Amino acid sequence: MAYRLNVNGVVHQVDVPPEMPLLWVLRDELGLVGTKFGCGKGLCGACTVHVDGAAQRSCQLPVGGLGQAKIHTIEHVGETAIGARLQQAWLQIDVMQCGYCQAGQIMTACALLGRTPKPDRDQIDSAMAGNICRCGCYNRIRSAVRIAAGIERAGSEEESGRVA
Amino acid sequence: MSHDFLNASFDRRAILKASLLAGGGLALEALIPAPVRALGGVGGKPDTVVALSAFVAVAPDGVVTIVAKNPEIGQGVKTSLPMMIADELDCAWSQVRISQADVDKHRYGEQVAGGSTATPTNWLPMRRLGAAARAMLLEAAAAKWEVSSGELTTSKGRIFHAASGRSLGYGQVASAAAKLTPPELTSVPLKDPPQFTIIGQRIVGVDSSRIVQGKPAFGIDTRQPGMLYAVYEVAPAHGGRLIKADVEPVKRLPGIKHVLPIHGDGDPDKGLADGVAIVASNWWFANQARSKLVVEWDLSASKGHSTSVYQAKADAAIAAGGGDDLRRDGDAAARLTTAARQVAARYDYPFIAHAPMEPQNCTACYRDGRLEVWAPSQNPNEGLASLEKALGIASERVTLHLTRAGGGFGRRLLNDYMVQVAAIARSIPGVPIQLLWSREDDIRRDYYRPGGWHSFQAGLNAQGDLIAFTDHFVTFGDGKTTARAANFNLALPPAGLVEHLHFTQTMLPTVITTGWLRAPASNALAFASQSFLDEVAIAGGKDLPALMLSLLGERREIPAPDNRPAFDTGRARDVIERVVQSSSWTQKPTQSSRGKGFAFYFSHRGYFAEVVEASVSAGDVAVHKVWVAGDVGSQLVNPMGAENQVRGAVIDGLAQALTGQAIEFIDGAVQQSNFHDFPLARMPMAPEIEIAWVISDKSPTGLGEPALPPVIPALTNAIFAATGTRIRSLPVRLKTA
Repeated sequence: MAYRLNVNGVVHQVDVPPEMPLLWVLRDELGLVGTKFGCGKGLCGACTVHVDGAAQRSCQLPVGGLGQAKIHTIEHVGETAIGARLQQAWLQIDVMQCGYCQAGQIMTACALLGRTPKPDRDQIDSAMAGNICRCGCYNRIRSAVRIAAGIERAGSEEESGRVA
Repeated sequence: MSHDFLNASFDRRAILKASLLAGGGLALEALIPAPVRALGGVGGKPDTVVALSAFVAVAPDGVVTIVAKNPEIGQGVKTSLPMMIADELDCAWSQVRISQADVDKHRYGEQVAGGSTATPTNWLPMRRLGAAARAMLLEAAAAKWEVSSGELTTSKGRIFHAASGRSLGYGQVASAAAKLTPPELTSVPLKDPPQFTIIGQRIVGVDSSRIVQGKPAFGIDTRQPGMLYAVYEVAPAHGGRLIKADVEPVKRLPGIKHVLPIHGDGDPDKGLADGVAIVASNWWFANQARSKLVVEWDLSASKGHSTSVYQAKADAAIAAGGGDDLRRDGDAAARLTTAARQVAARYDYPFIAHAPMEPQNCTACYRDGRLEVWAPSQNPNEGLASLEKALGIASERVTLHLTRAGGGFGRRLLNDYMVQVAAIARSIPGVPIQLLWSREDDIRRDYYRPGGWHSFQAGLNAQGDLIAFTDHFVTFGDGKTTARAANFNLALPPAGLVEHLHFTQTMLPTVITTGWLRAPASNALAFASQSFLDEVAIAGGKDLPALMLSLLGERREIPAPDNRPAFDTGRARDVIERVVQSSSWTQKPTQSSRGKGFAFYFSHRGYFAEVVEASVSAGDVAVHKVWVAGDVGSQLVNPMGAENQVRGAVIDGLAQALTGQAIEFIDGAVQQSNFHDFPLARMPMAPEIEIAWVISDKSPTGLGEPALPPVIPALTNAIFAATGTRIRSLPVRLKTA
């Protein structure tokens, strides 16, 4: 089946079965490898993308059901104001260890700040709970979201714990 | 040199020494007549970049390219090792570009991510490489200005002659410098620590910017022209062999290009597992097609390799007592019978998986008798050896590129995926093949942290002092040697600290593949021994920090019986005393069902004492705060990464205990498959983690592992303090079914 997919503002033509998940269209058909494969079951959040602005697990989205939806991926997130702030915050406190899950983390955080510009700790934890970081960078992810939201200063380590 | 470098019996000091020699050797070799030659694609204009050594190249505009030799798996070494070079080179970090080395032991020596070895084995060699390149640049500038190099100083990539007010950038003399004879590395002067300008700074990871933009970085991101995607279906149980496969129905499915039954060599460790490769134009096609495969497996060897069978055998072994002697000091049996008080308890822990976020994968292309590989491997030279052993492809015919790895935790020290993709690629010459495992493959074909059982006894005198200690350890092995990472630690405290001690061991045979998981052996032994010592302390009217301090006694070095690094009781005392202070240990939580627990452990040359504050409500454990005190020597190379390693290790350990992690088997078949039944930590369980560094005068050591082991017993001891329930089995299960 031929589909026209609107990804990052560009319309792509792909010829794949309707049940192929968006993740594998992005990675293996369009060469957009920033979106990561982690579990294939919607359990880890590594494949998170935005579909009409909402954070969705691309491994669980059959391409045949996407219609005219506007899809955005990590490759595009820096073009948005919130996404650029998140990227900057992520680098300010160097959130990551291996970094593999971070694309999904940023996409989920971006959707969170889009609907809740000043989230409290419970709102952050609840929104981010679907994104696994095996390296355990959660303290810094939490801080980076708060920095991007303007409610924490880089270096203050309010959420991580002190260092002496 | 053995590549089983993390194994129990391995001689850590000897390896360190050998690695230092290898580091010195390689560094010398790297600086041997460095030809002035073009280095394409390593920064600056290709025709004018000058290599001063295999590790350092300088462009005319002053851009310095530094080679990162080791695999980057998230431990930060792609940043921290070049920092060591750059600091002694005395350039500005902003001038530096990093280039990931291919695998080449003749140029780069050991290239491995394991055992928290990168910092201790490279601390001097990397700095000497930077200092040697700086010395060559100085000498070239001195010749150009016709002054003595002793009159010159450097700063941020520039050379200064104060007397004449002249200065120039490194790039202006790099070509001249490359023609000089490199200095003797072992005698090249190094900076005093107060002169460091890069080491000790908070440096952002060199790939971080790429990663937040979603640019390709990982093994799974490798893309080659005409590349196809593969899955590799193996037996449904460990120990299974392929009899035959009907591949015809699969060949007709959409997107499928090749279906290849592969008979391996039956060696699941360093060889090639039997399997059926499905190769397609899109990975999803290949993975979907697996359900249509009709394969006959021989599962006879898997029979009886079940969790319940192992448990019954361990129960029987412990009931029978005995076991092979591992260590016998004094006469523990006699002292136990005459002790004023005896404490006895059994502890156990399950098999667990590594589950790095990036599933196992590897890309390869076989062309004209040569193999090109792109691998997220922690131990690539071992991969080369496996390719030769399993497939007869000599390492001279292999080009091996290292990609960033999406986590390792020890899983990628084994290279099974590399051998598999090479076998597939060799059958389809000229076509790049990317093998990618599903998460289910990753959970079911791991080299697991093996389960184990301990039967402890302790004898106390009338004053509550520990006077005798025994442990009967039931583990896995063939009767002669333990399975990989199923080993004991002969220096396990209180060994060496109590006069009468007896360690014995019984091995159970297994077909399950086992391997090194972050802080191998220590991650389990710390839980069992520090939890039991908490029981001993309480039985003696003390608490665990007090018991440990009394056992440690005066400051001294205790040589390990198996040539591991010596144990410095003074460094242990310092981290214990520090965390007692930072956590306000003596102030107990006032809320009900809330408590603090403490533990100490020494592993991978790092000394860590940790306190956990936790509460229990309706069987759910909440961790409120963790205090860490650690001593990894005189210098943190990159505090930005160091803190991340510690916090990550703490959360990793908490997850092992609290999320229900256990891998179980029925006749060799793994019962777990994905993150719903092998859960990992998620953000809501991440507590505040306060870190206190104890800076000692010892050479810097690594941080990938040593912060993990003590957090598990600190947690279980906190649960005891909160509830009175002693956790003697992992994972923690407080809810009654």
